[in-house]
Amino acid sequence: MIAHALFFYFFSVIAIVSAIFVIVSRNTVHAVFFLILDFISIACLFIMIGAEFLGMMMLIVYVGAVAVLFLFVVMLMNVTEQKSSWFRGTKKSNHIPTGLIVGSVILLELIVIVGGWKYRDTFSETKFLSFDKEFTNTHAIGNVMYTEYIHLFQISGIILLLAMIGAIVLTFRKREGVKTQSYFKQVSREREDSVELVDVEFDKGVKFDD
Amino acid sequence: MIEIGLGHYLTLGAVIFSLGTLGIFLNRKNVIVILMSVELILLAVNINLVSFSIYLQDISGQIFTMLILTVAAAEAAIGLAIIVAYYRNKGSIRVEEIDEMKG
Repeated sequence: MIAHALFFYFFSVIAIVSAIFVIVSRNTVHAVFFLILDFISIACLFIMIGAEFLGMMMLIVYVGAVAVLFLFVVMLMNVTEQKSSWFRGTKKSNHIPTGLIVGSVILLELIVIVGGWKYRDTFSETKFLSFDKEFTNTHAIGNVMYTEYIHLFQISGIILLLAMIGAIVLTFRKREGVKTQSYFKQVSREREDSVELVDVEFDKGVKFDD
Repeated sequence: MIEIGLGHYLTLGAVIFSLGTLGIFLNRKNVIVILMSVELILLAVNINLVSFSIYLQDISGQIFTMLILTVAAAEAAIGLAIIVAYYRNKGSIRVEEIDEMKG
């Protein structure tokens, strides 16, 4: 139990500190690195709490795909130069007090909810879906995901397809002046269009009207 | 303090959620950090779902976490594509210079 608490505090302190650094670090590349650190520590927490499959999934999807995507885009653009202003912009704005008020109110509400839940924890006695002990976590997820939640599974596939198409459509641009092969034009070319037989008189030559 | 319960995980989720919200509001630098804050918010939601799923002995919370994972990946892809298109047009993604819609 002590080890559990120790590991929980270790990972959660790392997660919170790196989340703070994500929102305050001046260099965007550093922010992405701290985001990766945050994801990894949360994945460790998931593995610790008993959701191994989701922990590994977080590593693959977030660290392997999303964070690398962020890094690509950050390094593609010249945004790392804009280090000078952090909260302060060049224009006058009143975002900062509003943001601080909204953020602290949200934190207060969430903590109030957690505190209120402490005094009423009887709803965990109700019966829920299967959570057998002899299965591994992956096995249990697979059991439910392809039977009870098959529609959810397919909808998430469609969401990914839509995201792929949307990203391609948004970033695709037609370039001017690029010579490409047109198969349709090539195949539909007839002999009459391109070959002309000319009777040539002797010692006159041929004159093309081009 | 030593006994780690559901409340600890929910508090961690609450703190990360609030940090993500703060990041959206406080950021004046570029839009990418706002997208990262949205990722933080989704991460906090994932923490809540997984910890409830474990402590209530119900596997369906983890299924919904996978759906949120999918949506987060899709959102990151679309958002970064929008940012790339915007940067190509305007040459800057500073938050304070994105004011065409007078928001």
